[in-house]
Amino acid sequence: MTDVREDRPLTSRIDAAGGFVDIDAYERAGGYQALRRAVTERSPGQVQETVKQANLRGRGGAGFPTGVKWSFVPMAASAAGESNGDGVKYVICNADEMEPGTFKDRYLLENDPHLLIEGLLLAAYAIQASQAYVFLRGEYHLAARRLLDAMRQARERNYAGADVLGSGYSVEIGLHRSGGRYICGEETALLNALEGRRAQPRARPPFPPASGAWGRPSVVNNVETLCNVPGIIRNGADWYLHLGRGEDAGTKMFGVSGRVRSPGLWELPMGTPIREILEDHAGGMQDGYRFRGLLPGGASTDFLVEEHLDLPMDYAAIAKAGSRLGTGTMIVMDDSVCPVDLSRNLQHFFAQESCGFCTPCREGLPWLERLLADIEAGRGEAGDLELLEQNARFIGVPGNTFCVHATGAIEPLASALKYFREDFEAHIRERRCPYGGGH
Amino acid sequence: MVRTEQPIDEDEPMSEQLINPLSQEEIDAIEDEARHLPERRSAAIEALRIVQEKRGWVSDESLAAVARQLDMSADALDAIATFYNLIFREPVGRHVVMVCDSVSCYILGCDRLKRALEARLGVSTGGTTADGRFTLLPIVCLGACDRAPVLMIDEQLYGNVDPDALDEVLDEVLDQHD
Repeated sequence: MTDVREDRPLTSRIDAAGGFVDIDAYERAGGYQALRRAVTERSPGQVQETVKQANLRGRGGAGFPTGVKWSFVPMAASAAGESNGDGVKYVICNADEMEPGTFKDRYLLENDPHLLIEGLLLAAYAIQASQAYVFLRGEYHLAARRLLDAMRQARERNYAGADVLGSGYSVEIGLHRSGGRYICGEETALLNALEGRRAQPRARPPFPPASGAWGRPSVVNNVETLCNVPGIIRNGADWYLHLGRGEDAGTKMFGVSGRVRSPGLWELPMGTPIREILEDHAGGMQDGYRFRGLLPGGASTDFLVEEHLDLPMDYAAIAKAGSRLGTGTMIVMDDSVCPVDLSRNLQHFFAQESCGFCTPCREGLPWLERLLADIEAGRGEAGDLELLEQNARFIGVPGNTFCVHATGAIEPLASALKYFREDFEAHIRERRCPYGGGH
Repeated sequence: MVRTEQPIDEDEPMSEQLINPLSQEEIDAIEDEARHLPERRSAAIEALRIVQEKRGWVSDESLAAVARQLDMSADALDAIATFYNLIFREPVGRHVVMVCDSVSCYILGCDRLKRALEARLGVSTGGTTADGRFTLLPIVCLGACDRAPVLMIDEQLYGNVDPDALDEVLDEVLDQHD
């Protein structure tokens, strides 16, 4: 473990290698020791328990406790896959990174694929899955090549395949490259896509741990989530709990994009204050641009503004401020950007990527996009903002749509109406975009 | 390179090719995917990708042949093919230029980049150049937001793209492939 900084379990190998970590470098840095220990010395239940104790929460956006998710999978041989009692179970890595403004999983996949494979195999062992898949964004070509190589090497060295490291446990690994739709990131839509269907979300219950891919118990975990697992198994839950600075455990890939001096991605303790990430790491705003607000964790999170900058990037603290930690990759809006047109851009994305299954989402989101385009073009009228708010409330209430796609779409819009209301009103009053309109 | 919808294999009787315009190589690749999956139809997306890789797009004839190969109806397969952004049901140019238009690239000027590309290539977004070299398409966030604005040509990602220096990027593509 000579070149592993144990306080940076996700990125220290990448930093030491100056980029891509091959299997030999990964093994030299202690790689696959956690898997060896787990399959030869620990029961699946013990692996689940350690991850539960470590309080690892999903890094894909929802923040659900990973160990708890695993514990929903039926473990008794007789219970496995109740309706299909063949004992087949699946673990699937959600590598369909497509949340606008998010670029963390690509970095981990391209630079340290074995870290993900080891995490995936540990998750598979913990729920006794017989098959593991990586569901990869179709546009991530380099990641696909590196994952295929890494999977082949993992099989060659018997980390995957039959009788893993002589333990008696067997698991196959494979890659699915997505045809490309944002909704595939929703875990039940992902399961449909994996089965070769249209990626429409499924009704829940049953939840995937009871009935997922091909009707068998399945767990879906994000790339960064799984990359945390080898460190937890190697160093224990206590070590992991103490990596965080605040309430939450571990480290997190935090990123900043927009008009800051040094846009980028950094592995930092959970609970690092927003201001520290923006100023110490991203270098503050570029000359001539002023900070207006930020989306803390991708396009589907609510805006935060100046008054929130001293908040820690913790799940609870960001939720209390009315937003979500989401993917932890922030998008900074500066004072040259028109909040109305930015809102139009966001609704364009969500409208286009709606799967079309339920009406409020399929019809409502394009309608919001058109209304925002009208306001931006100086065709707004008195009452339009109330109309926007009313529809945002209708579409944005969980339960009014089939899944959370539309709910996520409304988060940045409702918060933009709250924090940048002056801008919306000025468009309607002046019948033009004060920012020079229409890019 | 001329792209035909149905590759003509002179060693094979024409009647066989009309029944199944997939090449043996394509059939093998599709079977290789289907073999590892619990249901044959689960290989649908991979199969469409395999066909598209060589032909550039998925024609009605290809679609029907893939559907037969996977024991499903052409309509059922088309419902899948038309759902996904990366499966092309219309012909595209030899190189596909995808410009990210999601939020970080929007902030860093993707609209100006898109206009510059339209002017340079002489097509609107969605169009293919008259010489069949380039198709220009919008794409959602490419996951390289710290390098916005970003575009992808075929499998190659380009970051911090300067709309005033597009020739550097396009000439590189043409030098490599044409």
